[in-house]
Amino acid sequence: MTDAAALPVTAPVVGRSLWADARTRLLRNRAAVVSMVVLGLIALACLVGPALTGHAYDRVYPDYVRAPASLTAYPFPEQVIPAAERIAARARAKAEGATVANGAVRLALVAARPIDERLLAYFDRSDLFGPAKVLERQEEGRRLVVEAPIEYRTFLFGTDSNGRDLLTRTLIAGRVSLAIGLLATVVAILIGVVYGAVSGYAGGRVDLLMMRFVDILYALPFIFFVIMLVVFFGRNFVLMFIAVGAVEWLDMARIVRGQTLSIKRQEYVQAAQALGATPSGILRRHVIPNTLGPVIVYMTLLVPKVILLESFLSFLGLGVQEPLTSWGVLIAEGAKNIQGAAYMLVFPSLFLIATLFALNFIGDGLRDALDPKDR
Amino acid sequence: MTPVLSIRGLQVRFRTGDGILHAVRGVDIDVAKGETVAVVGESGSGKSQTMMAAMGLLAANGTVEGSVRYRGEELIGLQPRALNRYRGSKLTMIFQEPMTSLDPLYRIGDQLSLPLVAHGGLSKRQALARAVELLELVRVPDPARRVNAYPHELSGGQRQRVMIAMALANDPDVLIADEPTTALDVTVQARILDLLRDLQGRLGMSIVFITHDLGVVRRFADRTYVMRHGEVVEQGATAALFAAPAHPYTRMLIDAEPRGRKAPVAPSAPVVLDARDVRVTFHTGSGLFGRTRHEIRAVDGVDLRVRAGETVGVVGESGSGKSTLGRAVLRLQEASGLVRFEDRNLMPLERGELRPLRRRMQMVFQDPFGSLSPRMTAGEIVTEGLLVHEPALSRRERDRRAAQAFEEVRLDPSGRNRYPHEFSGGQRQRIAIARAMILAPKLVVLDEPTSALDRSVQKEIVELLRDLQTRHGLAYVFISHDLAVVRALADEIVVMKSGRVVERGDVERIFEAPREAYTRELIAAAFLAAPVET
Repeated sequence: MTDAAALPVTAPVVGRSLWADARTRLLRNRAAVVSMVVLGLIALACLVGPALTGHAYDRVYPDYVRAPASLTAYPFPEQVIPAAERIAARARAKAEGATVANGAVRLALVAARPIDERLLAYFDRSDLFGPAKVLERQEEGRRLVVEAPIEYRTFLFGTDSNGRDLLTRTLIAGRVSLAIGLLATVVAILIGVVYGAVSGYAGGRVDLLMMRFVDILYALPFIFFVIMLVVFFGRNFVLMFIAVGAVEWLDMARIVRGQTLSIKRQEYVQAAQALGATPSGILRRHVIPNTLGPVIVYMTLLVPKVILLESFLSFLGLGVQEPLTSWGVLIAEGAKNIQGAAYMLVFPSLFLIATLFALNFIGDGLRDALDPKDR
Repeated sequence: MTPVLSIRGLQVRFRTGDGILHAVRGVDIDVAKGETVAVVGESGSGKSQTMMAAMGLLAANGTVEGSVRYRGEELIGLQPRALNRYRGSKLTMIFQEPMTSLDPLYRIGDQLSLPLVAHGGLSKRQALARAVELLELVRVPDPARRVNAYPHELSGGQRQRVMIAMALANDPDVLIADEPTTALDVTVQARILDLLRDLQGRLGMSIVFITHDLGVVRRFADRTYVMRHGEVVEQGATAALFAAPAHPYTRMLIDAEPRGRKAPVAPSAPVVLDARDVRVTFHTGSGLFGRTRHEIRAVDGVDLRVRAGETVGVVGESGSGKSTLGRAVLRLQEASGLVRFEDRNLMPLERGELRPLRRRMQMVFQDPFGSLSPRMTAGEIVTEGLLVHEPALSRRERDRRAAQAFEEVRLDPSGRNRYPHEFSGGQRQRIAIARAMILAPKLVVLDEPTSALDRSVQKEIVELLRDLQTRHGLAYVFISHDLAVVRALADEIVVMKSGRVVERGDVERIFEAPREAYTRELIAAAFLAAPVET
């Protein structure tokens, strides 16, 4: 061989990998691109949205229980004076001449005995008003002219039956659902790919034993399995990963095993064996990268499946714990309140449906992109 | 005489992700009644696409322009229904791959009678009777029983005969044969060609023969069209064309047979590989309870001895055990017997103990498309052995060694970050050779390294292998069914059949005075077109 220094080091041309090919094909698929944008927006909204809505997801507004979705801010003008009168009544006084002006309500409290000004804290405690100020004291404290600023709040998606902002809760639920969907999928795929690749590559008795173990796990009824876990360990976020991950990697393992069986007959695997590569090196460099196409496609189809599974478990009441929530929980609640407050069902469902659609379209797009049989 | 089939100004374009691919650029071909026309060219020359376009079988992204007339009737632009009046009855086609062109779910008889019922208007029963006749015509043994067989029960040659029977079912005027013998063993190939010629004589049809194999053309065709880059570069009567090729490309094709002989090795050269009584037995059909076991002796007591700088050619048909032998001497396949590599017995060694030896014994595989992992760059593929045997090397150092290895196999090193699918077949085989050479081996087992390549590329690879051998004193075990290549490379030849050695000897002796009938048959099949003067 020639001396290293004498060899002109030509800059290598960057090749176009199969992945790059697949990406261009994917980007040409309009439905997939739109879906990726939609999914990205939903994920972004779930990530930063709860900080921008102005409501905490677990903040209860007792005055706004099941407030319908509305673009205009609460309280509506016609709600202000009755609410002020109710507060007056709680302070054992009568409200007179209530008027709304400049974002504040002004009224006179009249009572038989002098009014304890500390009772004005009722205004502040209400969700409608800020701290009240006494403008005038008349009749030795038996008549107070009070002004309380109105606190306007927006509930774009309305509130739930506990008076919590549904928008914030939907976005928080989205975090939970997407996180479970993504993490449980990643867990399932990691286990499944490694297990399937090892089983398929090892072959023979090892393969037989490993696959029979998978069959046994398949035979366990999933819901029963989850109920058992919940009964023993209580409802728990982490439990969801375990339950879902423990079941979903089985499919993955079978798919990857099948792929591995055909890949290990390929000449490039034999070539690596002839080079003396270790089995783990062959798995890492040759087998697993070449199974990734179907794996990625399956992943995009697994994420919605897991989200749906989580929703289903939550719907049954086996999912995440209050006040944390997920789309499944919200939809379950919405379904209970469908008669009075249909919006409670509509909004979380819209998010879930949009996500599932987007993921499925992306999965379809990826399958076409990674497996270009009809080029 | 008006031609039966007349192609004029045919253009085929494919829309691909990288733009329009102009596969066929204005081809004119005439086929007269009863004549055999060969269309020759290397892969990518557009020879198959020309005929596919004429038959209306282009892929969905293909468009066709020009004119294809069958007895004056224009075929281009016909609706599929109208086209089917000719296609499959008067114009029929047989394909390269007999393994996949028969539907595995249907019996032979059903597949044969389908065109008879569809085009010939026969009843199901008549069609089956005719199917038996057809099988008899193409000389499939025991046709009455074979009509009830499924494709997997037949051998490759028998399947190709069934395909021919199918094409003949409706007395075609034109039979288009697209590389009908390429996937078959040489000896089977010769018999299929004989059959086609015999059938042509009896039935009087025209044959369009698409092939890259000039040997076949010379023996078989009346007239020849030579295609390159989608154009016909030369045409004429076969004999005249071979005697005086006008176009340099034709000359190159005719001249592409690997030539020359290897210089003999000094008898004092050290023995690199010494294998004695190698046996490989496969067990199949071990039923649920391990009873009905069958033994297949793939390699049955073979000796092999290779010295440094020497090439031993192992030849035989598919199934003769030659590839298994190659894998067994490298301990890639469990085997019994004695294998010595540079004074060490390989047989008792564990996988871990073998690993350091592996860098000195390498293998190159047949399929340049299957032997390179599609997800790795060429540089990564070439340096994988370094990763195993010199794990301490830095990434930069490996990259530099990859560039060197590329130069050694005469590839442009700037392509080392490209992926295998961006290379041609010959370039890919060079990458596979570079992967073996980067470890500076002593012994290389070459398992049909030239069989999947065009003749002209084969010649280059043979020269490269020869050059590498003289420079590094390599010992080669060259496994091939192609005796033309073996003759150009080998010192000694081992002829295998059914796992046993039937004959062995020096190249000259084997070719000049083959003792066994089997060897003679192999030689005759391989050189069916070889210039008479050799």
